[in-house]
Amino acid sequence: MPKLDFDVITLGHGSGGILTNQLLESGVFDLLKNPLLDEHHDGAMFEWSGRTAFSTDSYVISPIFFPGGNIGELAVNGTVNDLAMCGAVPKYLSLSFILEEGLTMKEFWEILVSIRRAAEKAGVSIVTGDTKVVERGKGDKIFINTSGLGHIHPQAHISTKNVRAGDKIIVSGAIATHGIAIMSVREGLEFETTLTSDSAPLNHTVKALLDEFGTDIHLLKDPTRGGVASVLNEVARDSRLGVNLFQQPIPVLEEVRGACELLGLDPLYVANEGVFMAFVPAGKAEEIVQKLRTLAYGQDAAVIGEVTTEHPKQVVLHSRIGGKRVVNMLVGEQLPRIC
Amino acid sequence: MKYLSEFRDPEVVEHYLEELHKVATRPWTIMEICGGQTHSLVKNGLLNLLPKQITMVHGPGCPVCVTPLNLIDKAVYLAEEKGVILCSFGDMIRVPGSSRSLLEAKANGADVRILYSPLEAVKIAQEQPERQVVFFAVGFETTAPANALSVLHARRLGLTNYSILASHVLVPPAMEAVINDGEAQIQGFLAAGHVCTIMGLEEYEPIVQRYHIPMVVTGFEPVDLLQGILMTVKQLENGEAKLENQYSRVVKANGNPEARKVIEQVFEVSDREWRGIGNIPLSGWEVKASLAEFDANRKFSISIAKASECADCIAGQVLKGIKKPFECSQFGKGCTPITPLGAPMVSSEGACAAYYHFAEADAV
Repeated sequence: MPKLDFDVITLGHGSGGILTNQLLESGVFDLLKNPLLDEHHDGAMFEWSGRTAFSTDSYVISPIFFPGGNIGELAVNGTVNDLAMCGAVPKYLSLSFILEEGLTMKEFWEILVSIRRAAEKAGVSIVTGDTKVVERGKGDKIFINTSGLGHIHPQAHISTKNVRAGDKIIVSGAIATHGIAIMSVREGLEFETTLTSDSAPLNHTVKALLDEFGTDIHLLKDPTRGGVASVLNEVARDSRLGVNLFQQPIPVLEEVRGACELLGLDPLYVANEGVFMAFVPAGKAEEIVQKLRTLAYGQDAAVIGEVTTEHPKQVVLHSRIGGKRVVNMLVGEQLPRIC
Repeated sequence: MKYLSEFRDPEVVEHYLEELHKVATRPWTIMEICGGQTHSLVKNGLLNLLPKQITMVHGPGCPVCVTPLNLIDKAVYLAEEKGVILCSFGDMIRVPGSSRSLLEAKANGADVRILYSPLEAVKIAQEQPERQVVFFAVGFETTAPANALSVLHARRLGLTNYSILASHVLVPPAMEAVINDGEAQIQGFLAAGHVCTIMGLEEYEPIVQRYHIPMVVTGFEPVDLLQGILMTVKQLENGEAKLENQYSRVVKANGNPEARKVIEQVFEVSDREWRGIGNIPLSGWEVKASLAEFDANRKFSISIAKASECADCIAGQVLKGIKKPFECSQFGKGCTPITPLGAPMVSSEGACAAYYHFAEADAV
């Protein structure tokens, strides 16, 4: 961390004046260094052509530091993954901060360092950005927005329209880990666990799949907020097809399963940050799972369901004990049960 | 997961289902008292695996569902008008009051907090002595020990800014109310496993004798439920009426004496209004007069006009087992978990929400 005249963020740091410049020159620019950013201009200027994916997301997570990461790397990985789900190879990101007066420079620096590390890992450059500061009480320490650009992989054709009856649904790893890791440190709910968030850049894994399987990857989705259940409901609704979901093969870490039992939560609705789902032709599913298992963040990949013409627009879970039930879209927030 | 996976074992489930199909020769109507059991039956898709002769009727054991409208209005009033920190279990905050829910009050700026334990509320009171902290203490016998303990804890700490808004209800009087009502024609009961973990078995024997009705104290996992149903059906087929304990790995005959001692120190039996059902004599607990300073009802002298329930909602009939949720004209139409008309559509233990979220695949 650089030596600074200030150790907390004040309103002045968002004024655009001397303090803003001090903050940026203190090391922010150096930390995120790349030729486009080094221009220090109002925006990044570059040549661009070809099929493109463009995505944006805002990050408001609380607490900002959590087991296995912080809001910074989440903000990078989140947009990187959104682009990857479009079948794109992420290249450039923008980065905007809304800081709350009183955030310590130490916290801000730690977040910046994570952003840099995550960007390096994902192979993206942060080419433009913005910093605003709001009065104490008007924010929650730090909000981040990132937007990203990437070229669509030449072999990719990702669309809900490609989903066919008979397609298998693959999940790339154990679900619900991120949501439970966050909950374990939420105020008023602390419980001891060694769980860490699964936040990860999925773009390299997705690219490897597209290199090999191309248009056999019909659809990619990352089940972040709302979890696996919400994604499957969206796909069922938009494709006008049904989904059969099998409880038995759904990978859930033992600790996550236990925490969900205790808290009365359904892992199908809990958020993920390092997991994606792929809809693929039945004949290719096993091969794709085997490939995924050799790739980063894919070791626990499994087929968890299939698309069907039965019960259109509905997701039906086949329980471990042979029962069936409809899995609906999440209503509001999952609330803990009384007993 | 040990102590869980073996009670979800597909082979064991299969075995009990076969056994049930063999044993059940006539139609039987059985009520599971506890909303947790309803939730599990529907969530695991068990209802469509049972023999056709067996009808499961869902009981009133959903604490959120039976908490009176007036009390929710009081909680909203305390949060909005008295500026208290209103702490509550999660699923209580979405239940509609006569004008709004606690969740809506929160959105309007009231300080409403979702907690997992009343002891956390005591901690908040300790940390913020300048604020009044009220815990919305709802529930059956299961949540009573922790709620009572929070009062004892606050007293020991000398806190003057902590109180509870208690709405405790008791299972045995509700069972008798359901039997006496007669309309649901219940022939056997699955008693609520976790309630008996606290209270033990003795209060149930008189009910079994008086009404000659089979009763099996039952757990919550698929194997528990099927075993409990099987034990009940066997009694019915044999013309017996006994109190049996399926959930013996958790429930002891004398319950949890320590927990009962804590309850006795704080609560005394009182008449209680059940939302959708009405007044049931001696069916609840209220804070003892000697602990009035920890009773939000007395402390804040709240008087709120009684509002009337939504006319289209048949929650009362659902709670008494007279109607199934999908027999309601508003089910899934005017009434969904996003726009609930009655409490059973809110809590995941409410029969309406259970049917809405986990509808049997065949029924839709």
